[in-house]
Amino acid sequence: MTYHVNGRTFSAEPAPGQCLRTFLRELGHFGVKKGCDSGDCGACTVWLDGLPVHSCITPAFRADGRAVTTIEGLAADGRLHPMQRNFRDAPGFQCGFCTAGMVMTAACLDQSQLADLPRALKGNLCRCTGYRAIEDAVQGLVATEAAPPGNAVGASVAPPAADDVVTGRAEYTMDTAVEGLLHLKLVRSPHPHARIVAIETEAALAVPGVRRVYTWKDVPRKRFTTAIHTDHLVDPDDTFILDDVARFVGQRVAAVLADSVAAAEAGCAAVTVTYEALPAVFDPEEAMSPGAPQVHAGDSERFIRDPERNILLNLHGHVGDVDAGFAEADVIHEATYTIPRVQHAHLETHGSITWLDADGKLNVRTSSQSPSIAKVKLAHLFDLRPDELRVFCRRVGGGFGGKQEVFTEDICALATLDTGRPVSLEFTREEEFIGTSPRHPMKISVKLGARADGRLTAFQFRNVSNTGAYGNHGGETLFASMGSAIAIYRCPNKKLDGYSVYTHTLPSGALRGYGMTQPAFAVECAIDELARALGQDPMELRRKNIVRPGDPLVSVEAGPSDVSFSGNGLDLCIDAVDRALREACEPPPGEDWLVGTGTAISMHDTAPPTEHISEAWVTLQADGTYEVAIGTVEFGEGTTTAHLQIAADQLRTATSRVRIVQSDTDRNGFDTGAFASAGLFVAGNAVLAASRALQARILSFAAEHTGVDVGSCVLDDDAVRCAGARVLLSELAEAARTRGILLAEARKAYGSPRSVAFNAQGFRVAVHRMTGEIRVLHSVQATDAGVVINPEQVRGQVEGGVVQGLGFVLTESFQLDDEGRMRNPNLRNYRIPTYADAPRTDVICVPSTDSVGPMGSKGIAECCINPVAPALANAVADATGVRFRHLPLTPDRIYRRLVSEAVRPRPAELPDTA
Amino acid sequence: MDLHTITEVIPRGDAPGQRWRAGDAWLAGGTWLFSTPQPDLRRLVDLTTLGWESLVVGDAGVEIGATCTIRELHGFTPPAEWTAGPLLAVSCEAFLASFKVWNAATVGGNICMSLPAGPMISMSVALEATYTLWAPDGSERVVDAADFVTGDQENILGAGEVLRRLDVPAAALQKRYAVRRMSLTRLGRSTAFLIGTRCPRTGELVLTVTAATTRPVRLRFATPPDAMDLRRRLHEAIPDDLYFDDPNGTPEHRRHLTAYFAEQIRVELTSDGGVAA
Repeated sequence: MTYHVNGRTFSAEPAPGQCLRTFLRELGHFGVKKGCDSGDCGACTVWLDGLPVHSCITPAFRADGRAVTTIEGLAADGRLHPMQRNFRDAPGFQCGFCTAGMVMTAACLDQSQLADLPRALKGNLCRCTGYRAIEDAVQGLVATEAAPPGNAVGASVAPPAADDVVTGRAEYTMDTAVEGLLHLKLVRSPHPHARIVAIETEAALAVPGVRRVYTWKDVPRKRFTTAIHTDHLVDPDDTFILDDVARFVGQRVAAVLADSVAAAEAGCAAVTVTYEALPAVFDPEEAMSPGAPQVHAGDSERFIRDPERNILLNLHGHVGDVDAGFAEADVIHEATYTIPRVQHAHLETHGSITWLDADGKLNVRTSSQSPSIAKVKLAHLFDLRPDELRVFCRRVGGGFGGKQEVFTEDICALATLDTGRPVSLEFTREEEFIGTSPRHPMKISVKLGARADGRLTAFQFRNVSNTGAYGNHGGETLFASMGSAIAIYRCPNKKLDGYSVYTHTLPSGALRGYGMTQPAFAVECAIDELARALGQDPMELRRKNIVRPGDPLVSVEAGPSDVSFSGNGLDLCIDAVDRALREACEPPPGEDWLVGTGTAISMHDTAPPTEHISEAWVTLQADGTYEVAIGTVEFGEGTTTAHLQIAADQLRTATSRVRIVQSDTDRNGFDTGAFASAGLFVAGNAVLAASRALQARILSFAAEHTGVDVGSCVLDDDAVRCAGARVLLSELAEAARTRGILLAEARKAYGSPRSVAFNAQGFRVAVHRMTGEIRVLHSVQATDAGVVINPEQVRGQVEGGVVQGLGFVLTESFQLDDEGRMRNPNLRNYRIPTYADAPRTDVICVPSTDSVGPMGSKGIAECCINPVAPALANAVADATGVRFRHLPLTPDRIYRRLVSEAVRPRPAELPDTA
Repeated sequence: MDLHTITEVIPRGDAPGQRWRAGDAWLAGGTWLFSTPQPDLRRLVDLTTLGWESLVVGDAGVEIGATCTIRELHGFTPPAEWTAGPLLAVSCEAFLASFKVWNAATVGGNICMSLPAGPMISMSVALEATYTLWAPDGSERVVDAADFVTGDQENILGAGEVLRRLDVPAAALQKRYAVRRMSLTRLGRSTAFLIGTRCPRTGELVLTVTAATTRPVRLRFATPPDAMDLRRRLHEAIPDDLYFDDPNGTPEHRRHLTAYFAEQIRVELTSDGGVAA
């Protein structure tokens, strides 16, 4: 068959059942991405004779003799297509994994489609931006700007990868061709709890192309945790690479290594596993009851607080005297709130490619938020010295916490070490849902007491968190859940009880907000309910009770802390949102729609309480440019741009003269990872300190070189002005080289001391009292971002966080059946927001200068999600008079109570029918 | 996604169902077939090489070839006298799939997939279409669209039998119509999709319930019902277990929406006296 791709002709024969997506990638067109492989996300969009199609659901043979255009073929004569320029300059992306498909779709819209983007773009999912930036890109708005040398901080500098992202050149994990690559596929447990009696592998090994079948007998009998932290002791070592007990539906049971994905799949189908099904428990409260099936028994028990009751960790604290506090109260509000599992749904699935290089070193190319810690784990599992192992990431297609885990690297490394061959494992979208780590479901009871004047007298909190079958992140998220959502309020009497509980469901993990999103929902709804009971305005009640500079931040205990704040950022956030909502006046969309407003606030530490370290190396290159080597991974959070801006300003140069080398354990120092907003706060501080040190070093060398006083030397873009002379940096680098000197500095930074970031969210919503549909009429978030390094990136992160948060409330429903099997493990039925579902959010940055982050900045990519769910639920309650305490608020879950309990529309709310 | 178990794609002539065997599947646009694992399939029988005409307009109505793409149907401009003609495009817009999928997905593929939310089913049942089916031996049968889908992803097609075309009668296309649709997200898959038509000559009201139920339900009212009649007929025609349970809606919500939308359609189609001159 003859294929014409981007003007080139290929003579090739796809497999009969092959889709166009994989065929084009085999031909080297890696810009054609896999987000879902089922036609739902649009990341693989290409043109067939000029018409856009999803190449993953297009049979490859159908393209025979037709003209195929991929993102790589869109630029003509080396000039970007106007839509590529638009997406670069807006910028219309964050992680960039959806961008090729977005551009290929947007570039062929006609006028009527451009006028109806919600419909025209509903076949293209973006998990990062919240779609406003994409709308702006399609409309040709430009928010990026050039910054003069030395003045980049505070400017919306474009991400350095922008050109690569919009042309499809940006390399993600799987975007490489490896000679002789073998492929892994996993056999997963159909049982929630079972002992593996036998695994018959002969038939699988007889499948042509199958090389190995790995079972629990073939892996190092070493326990570890898939969760990533510098201090591995904070997460329990309760996991084997492959185990002889299955503890949830979807747990990997065997791995088949073969010459092709097809052979590996056929091999998996031929593996016969004999299970002895065991009793299972799915609800954490039941799991804590006497006689419940025990999830972990034996060796791993020593990591578990109470293995018989399945309690991984329990935390208790009592400050003051809550009983006395409640006795003092005029009004008491008590209720229980439930927050379910939700999925990250980053568009790039997990995956790794491993090989041995010429020196026998194990190379691991992976989609991770922390190559450094992945390396530590692999070294532990396979008894490797640090110099025998390299872990690195190229650009990562979204993370949101989902890649703060080791899910693919271990089994790939095992296969490569066993066979000496390069090995790949790429998760399907279904595996993302059934085999990774969604947010911890939590059931939180809040009891608040207050005086009639609104002053809190007692605050009681009980959280039962479901860590699932394994303990990864279960302890740390429990700890986080009992922190800032409670500490944000002053109250002399606080009592807290928390339990992280094992069940036979898929393990929970890290997700944007990390254990703080769930209590923010419970507490901020409870505050709203208390305000209503008191007859007070919720924002006014908050103003009366929030922590002020000088107050201790108290939750579980009152003790020494490395967290402090001195600014009034929270007051400013509250005021800004309050004002914006009072001015909002969108009418209801029609009859039977009820309108109301709701708010919530949150507080977030700027780094995690666990050890967080980052090391930066800054080097003056021979050509007079700079290289910054830093471990932080780029997956759309924008730290690369921020690091560039910070370094460029310290070195008084243009951002174009600084190059970032990142996320590679062979090319940069240790970095705990890109999570907990530490990419800016910790790694940014390392970049700042190293750049500052290099500045001093260069000036001192220049002074010596020119024989002038160092006080008269200043950096000036590509040179140093030394008194009257201007000496080029390239000349200084050469002079240093001849003396055997490398002008380079390294500095480490730590996640301590820490500051806090505040934010407030407001919604005006309309609720249809018959169908249960909720529409956001107005969305505003105020954020205390400290000194803003890159305004457009801050705005983009908040917008994206709000829309992801709204997805978790309004559209996404993670449904498990009675055995813990997911009912909707695909993006068609687990509905992340599309363009049509995403309202625009006004983002207000309030001024604050109290951060100990780089230049006074604060990471805000994570905390923005915390107040979204409670503000929305509070708005629904305001609109309808009906309080929903159990997420999500999908129409099918809320309509019944609306029909029976909702207030009627007030005459003023009815649309003007005249 | 790649369907690794497929060993062969077979182009077929006038009796495409001949030599049909287990593991065979019809391939039209492929947009559903390639969207989900198909471990039991071995061969794909390609229908798009047969050259069936997509849209043929005549005095009797419109004949829609099974391989007519959604794009072609959406772009079709019906004769002005077909007052219900816009229903063709409105039904296309009820797809969860975006316009890009419409470039390949076919009308027949959607019908034969027989998902409760298949909007081509909604359209053809509401417009009182018939389907022409070809058996493997080349013989033909014609069935009422309302009788074709029997449940969630279930229909009356025998092994090797194929949907050849839809005939949408002009009489139905000359009715008034009203539509109500709900999905759990703004432009998502239908939770309930109801279409009402009203005959300008006889005043007959026809109500079609889809997406809410596992198979389409079509109710005929020779004279327009009142609210009570409508409610009673819905209750009689749709037992509780006919309401569909999937991640896009609960049976209870769907029953509620069906009653709510049906009443709105009744009011809309009877508000002006119903029978036009």
